[in-house]
Amino acid sequence: MRRYLVKRFLLMFPTLLGVAVFVFVLIRLLPGDVVQLRMAGEGGFVSEEAMQQERERLGLDRPIWRQFADWMSGLARLDLGVSMWTGRPVTYEIGIRFQLSLQIAIMATIIAIALALPLGTIAALYQDRWPDYAVRVFSIAGLAMPSFWLGILILLGFLIAFHWTPPMVYVPFWVDPWRNLSQLVWPALATGYRYSAVATRMTRSAVLEVLREDYIRTARAKGIRRKLILTRHALKNAMLPVVTVIGLEFAFLIGGLVVTEQVFNLNGLGKLFVDAVTQYDYTLVQGLVLLVAFVFILSNFAVDLLYAWLDPRIRYR
Amino acid sequence: MIRTPAIVRSGILLLALLSTLPARAPAAETPVRGGELEFIVPASGFPSMDAHREETYAVIHPLRPFYSLLIKVDPKNPSDPTAFVGDVAESWSKSSDGLTYTFKLRKGVKFHDGTPLTSRDVKASFDKIIFPPAGVVSDRKAMFFMVKAVDAPDPSTVVFRLRFATEAFMPALANPYNWIYEADILARDIHWYETHVMGSGPFKFKEYVAGSHVSGVRNPDYFMPGLPYLDGFRAIFIKQEAPQLAAIRGGRAMVNFRAFPPKAVEELKTAMGDKLAVQESAWNCGLYLAPNHKVKPFDDPRVRRALSLALDRWEGSKALSKVAIVKTVGGLVFPGSPLAAPQAELQTIAGFGTDIQAARTEARRLLREAGVPDGFSFKLHNRAVEQPYKAVGIWVIDQWRQIGLNVEHWVEPTAPFFATLRNGNFQVTMDFNCQAVVNPVLDISKFLSNDRSASNYAQYQDRVVDGLYDEIVHETDQGKLKTRLRQFEKRVLDEQAHYLMTLWWNRIVPYNARLHGWKISPSHYLNQDLANVWLSPE
Repeated sequence: MRRYLVKRFLLMFPTLLGVAVFVFVLIRLLPGDVVQLRMAGEGGFVSEEAMQQERERLGLDRPIWRQFADWMSGLARLDLGVSMWTGRPVTYEIGIRFQLSLQIAIMATIIAIALALPLGTIAALYQDRWPDYAVRVFSIAGLAMPSFWLGILILLGFLIAFHWTPPMVYVPFWVDPWRNLSQLVWPALATGYRYSAVATRMTRSAVLEVLREDYIRTARAKGIRRKLILTRHALKNAMLPVVTVIGLEFAFLIGGLVVTEQVFNLNGLGKLFVDAVTQYDYTLVQGLVLLVAFVFILSNFAVDLLYAWLDPRIRYR
Repeated sequence: MIRTPAIVRSGILLLALLSTLPARAPAAETPVRGGELEFIVPASGFPSMDAHREETYAVIHPLRPFYSLLIKVDPKNPSDPTAFVGDVAESWSKSSDGLTYTFKLRKGVKFHDGTPLTSRDVKASFDKIIFPPAGVVSDRKAMFFMVKAVDAPDPSTVVFRLRFATEAFMPALANPYNWIYEADILARDIHWYETHVMGSGPFKFKEYVAGSHVSGVRNPDYFMPGLPYLDGFRAIFIKQEAPQLAAIRGGRAMVNFRAFPPKAVEELKTAMGDKLAVQESAWNCGLYLAPNHKVKPFDDPRVRRALSLALDRWEGSKALSKVAIVKTVGGLVFPGSPLAAPQAELQTIAGFGTDIQAARTEARRLLREAGVPDGFSFKLHNRAVEQPYKAVGIWVIDQWRQIGLNVEHWVEPTAPFFATLRNGNFQVTMDFNCQAVVNPVLDISKFLSNDRSASNYAQYQDRVVDGLYDEIVHETDQGKLKTRLRQFEKRVLDEQAHYLMTLWWNRIVPYNARLHGWKISPSHYLNQDLANVWLSPE
C-alpha cells in the first residue's frame, strides 16, 4: 500500500507538467494583448512606447521558449509568478478566493450527500412505487435545472417576497458565522441540489444492483432485519460508484462555478478564472489551471483511498 | 368703530413678521453627518492602485476618496466643463502670455499619516505624471505635452511653465487621475503607490480585498471644514448587471456611479418607486465607425461619405436612447461644451442633415460613382459588449442595408477586439473615445494621422487635419478656436469622412433616494471623492 501511495504521489508531477505545458501554449495562441487592454482598454491616450515599456517589464517581449523556461524554473521553486494584471503574486490572488470556493464546495457536498444517500436508497427500496417516482422527478428536475438559473430564482424570490438579498461581501465563517452562512447557503443550495441529483441517481442504481446480489438474498433468507441488511451489507458495497461521482463533482466545484459565482457575486475562483482569461493574464490562468488539475488529482487520490477503506478486498500495489 | 384688541393686533403683527422670514429648507436637503455609503463598482477589480498609470474607472470609484487633486471640477456644478475649483490649491493665476500658471496651496493640508502636504509633493506627483522616469508608466503623459517644467519655489507655491499657451492645459490639470502623492514615499519607492494608499483626501484607507471591496473611514483632519459627511464607505465590486440591480433593490448598495441602461433603470423604478432617484447627463464618450483606409473600397472618400450619409442620426437617437446608453447627436466636440457645434452648424456636415431621404439618395449616387455594386458585402467589426456597442452596431447595419449594402456583424471580446484594431485586419470597425474632464482640444487628438495618434485605427494620414490641430492647440482666442474646431470636424467627418460619428453616450444613474449631495457629471470619472455625499435617515 505504501508503494502504491508513493507511486501515485510521484505520478502527480508528470501529470501537472503536461497540464502546465498545455495551458502555457493554449493561452498564448489567443489573439490579444494584456498591456493594450490594461492601458488603453477604455480609450486612453497611451503611447506605443509606454506600452512597449510595460511589455518589457512583464517579459512579454522575450521569446516564447524563454518565457516558458522562466515559468518552469519558477514552478520548480513553487513560485507561480505574479499576475500580469495586478502585479500581485498569483498565490495571493488565488489564496484570498480559495477559502470561499472551498467553503461552497464543502457545503454543496454536504447538502448533496445529505440528500442523495437517503433519497437514492428510498428510491431503490421502493422501486417503481410512488416514493421512487417522487425521488426520480426530484432528481431529474435537479439535472435539468442549471444551478445558476436556480440561483437566479432564489435571488428573485427573496427580492420580490422580502425585498432582501444575501450579503454581497464575503466574511469568513469564524469572523461572523451568521453573515457567512446567510451569504453562502444559497449558492451552496443551488449548487448542491444539482450535485445531489447526480449522486441520487447513482445511489439508486448502485443500491438496486447490490440488492439483487446473492449475499443479500442469503441475508434475507437468514431472517436478518431489512434495516440491518441495508446498513451493514448493501450500502457499503453500493457506495463505490457514488464516492467516485461525489469525488469528481467536488473537484469540479473548485473553480468550476463560474456562472453561479457571477449570479451571487461571489469572489471565488470561478470568477477569477473568467477575469484572468478575459484579461489575458497568462500567469494567473496558468496558476489556476494547475490548481484545478492538482485538486482533481488529489480528489481522485482520496477517492481511491476511500475505495480501499470501503472494500477491504481492494489492495493497491 | 370697534377697536381690535391689543392682543389680536400683536398676533397679526407677529404673523406678518414671521411670514417675512425665509422658509426653512426641507429636512431632506440639510446634510446629515454619519452613515456608511455602500456602492457598486461595476468591475472585477483594478489592476493597480496607482491612478497615474491606470485609466479604468475601477480605480477612480473606490480609491479617489482617499486622495486630493490640485484642482478639480466643481462638485456643485460638475456638468459645466469649464468650472474648476481648487482642491489643495487655494487660488491660481495665469501670466499674461499664458505660459506660466502659479498655484497657491491651502495651509494645513496633511496626508493621512500626518505629514504636511507641500508644493514639493505636488511637484513630485506631477513630475511622475508628466516626466516619468525610466520604468515608470504614466497613462496621461501625452496630455501634458505643453508643459516644460513644474517648479516649487516655496512650500505653498507650485508653478507650471508651458512651452506654449493653450486652452488644453487647465482641463488636463483637473483630470481626476492626477492624485497628489507624498514626495518622500515616491523618492523611497516610486512604485509604492501601485500597491498602497496614502493620500490627503476626505477618507482614510481601511481595507482592500482583491475582487471584493474597498472600504474607507472619514478623515477627521480633512482640510475642508465640515466635510466629509459620511462616516465611511464601502465600494463593492460587482461586475454583472443582474447582481448590481439585485444589490440596489435589496438595499445592499445605494448606487452604481457609472450608469445603467434604460431598461434596467425602468426595472428599478418599477421595483422601488419613490425610494429611487435618477440623474441623467450627456456622457463624454463618443461612439464612432472607423473605415479602414487601407482596404478597398474604404480608401475612397466617396464610399466613406456614403456610409455616413446613410445614418439617420436624429431618428436613431430617439429610438436607441430607449434601449441603449446613447442619445445625443453631436460632432467631434462633446455637445455639452461651449466649443461644440451648434445644431444649425452641425446639420451642414454630411450625415447630420434632417432630410434622410435626400442623404440616402446622395449616398447611393456616391457608391455608384465609386463603383461599389448594389448588395456589396463587408463586415462591421465590433466589441462584444452589449452597451452600447452591439446595440448601435445592429442599428448601423440596418441603416446601411437601406442603401443596398449587406453587412455582417463580426463581434469580438475586448482583448481580441483591440488586437484586431491594432493589426488593422478589418474593413470597418466600431471605435470609441471616452474621456474624463471635457477637454475638446485634447479629446480630438485621437483623429490625427496615425503616425501621431496611437488611437487612430482608421489607418489614415491627413496633414491638413494635423495642421488644423496644431493651430487649435496653440489657439487661445475662443472665437478662432471654435472656427478651427469646425474646420477640423468638417475635414474629419465630411470632406474626407475619415471617421463616422454615430451618437454620444448618455449617462443614467439611478440610486437610492436616501443618497444626497452627489451630482452627475458628463463623465463617470468625475466628482467621485464623496466629500459632499450624505445619507438621509431611513
